[in-house]
Amino acid sequence: MADMEVADKGGDGKKRSKKLSTKVDMTPMVDLGFLLITFFMLATTLSKPQAMELNVPAKTDDTLDQTVVKESKALTLILAYNDTLYYYIGIEEPEVGFVDFSQSKNVEPIIYDRQKKVQEQWGDKDELVVVIKAMAASKYKNLVNILDEMSITQTKRYAIGEFTEVDSMIIYDIIQEE
Amino acid sequence: MPKIKMKRGSSSIDMTAMTDVAFLLLTFFMLTAKFRAAEPVAVDLPASRSELKLPESNVLILSIAKDGRVFFHVDNQKVRVNTLLEMGKLYNVTFTDGQIQEFSLMESFGVPIAQLPSLLDKTPDERNAIVQSGIPMDTTDSKRNELSDWVHLARVSDLQLSSSGEIESKGIRIAIRGDGFVEYPYIEKVIETLQDRKINKFNLITTLKGAAGIGGANPGAEEEADE
Repeated sequence: MADMEVADKGGDGKKRSKKLSTKVDMTPMVDLGFLLITFFMLATTLSKPQAMELNVPAKTDDTLDQTVVKESKALTLILAYNDTLYYYIGIEEPEVGFVDFSQSKNVEPIIYDRQKKVQEQWGDKDELVVVIKAMAASKYKNLVNILDEMSITQTKRYAIGEFTEVDSMIIYDIIQEE
Repeated sequence: MPKIKMKRGSSSIDMTAMTDVAFLLLTFFMLTAKFRAAEPVAVDLPASRSELKLPESNVLILSIAKDGRVFFHVDNQKVRVNTLLEMGKLYNVTFTDGQIQEFSLMESFGVPIAQLPSLLDKTPDERNAIVQSGIPMDTTDSKRNELSDWVHLARVSDLQLSSSGEIESKGIRIAIRGDGFVEYPYIEKVIETLQDRKINKFNLITTLKGAAGIGGANPGAEEEADE
């Protein structure tokens, strides 16, 4: 420093200030910026919840208003405990069975099969009416899964019914066999 | 031979423009982001392949915990406060201004209305610490079904406020946010409560199931349909 001063004095007497670079390394700042952008982008889209629409019939005490489904058009699915799904077709001599519903895909063959039969008989697969009945021990996710399967298999007509004595009689035998 | 001199370019790039863009976007996302408020109960949502989105505003969400407790949530503050006042009138519960103010900030709750004033007197931290018992709903006695009244009065408030122009709403949307492991009868009770109020169309909130299933399932459905 002392040398510099001496040199300056020896020159034309002008004082020279040291020039510092005005450039700042912006890279970390950009990193931070993009990190935060990523966070906010993900947070925004994720907070918008997914939903599924459910229409239920208006409540009525009048039995005349209740829809009666023809046996040959119906498929009854019963949601039971331990992710088991029972199904039956017809009432007089029912065709009963069950599938493991922990993989909701497992029910698809039954629905497609039934759709095909209804199509053969009635000429339109949309004539099929799926009646969903949930036992008290079934979990809500089973219900969501089966409603989801309804849209996957493009079943247009389905309803949530009440699990009754008749239903438990029908699936009683198969529960015993298990 | 003369030596070819390579011109040495500077390796540093001017980052200023990039910073500008980054922070512009950051500001945008920060302002548009909506944060989820702390929920009084954890709900493990079931998965579905439905791609429908719930509207962002004017929703009434009924959360159902794993043990069947029901929590009530209305996103619009004005509707929420109005509903509280109407409920207070119906059940003869009075609220202080402070409690009303506190309620307008509380997104979700699940206590019988008689306990609501004492819940509102607590600080948010204290509130998170206690276990809320859920909104009572007794489907056998419609006079004592508080959930039914909450839902009904929220709809009425929404209608009143939107017709007077105080809020913009095309009718409140009702959604059930149930835990996947809750037993069906609890859900059934809520659905029945809604049906009693002639609400026959509502949403079930789910999470999106793994994208792998989407492609696999639908082509199969079409194949079957062609047969």
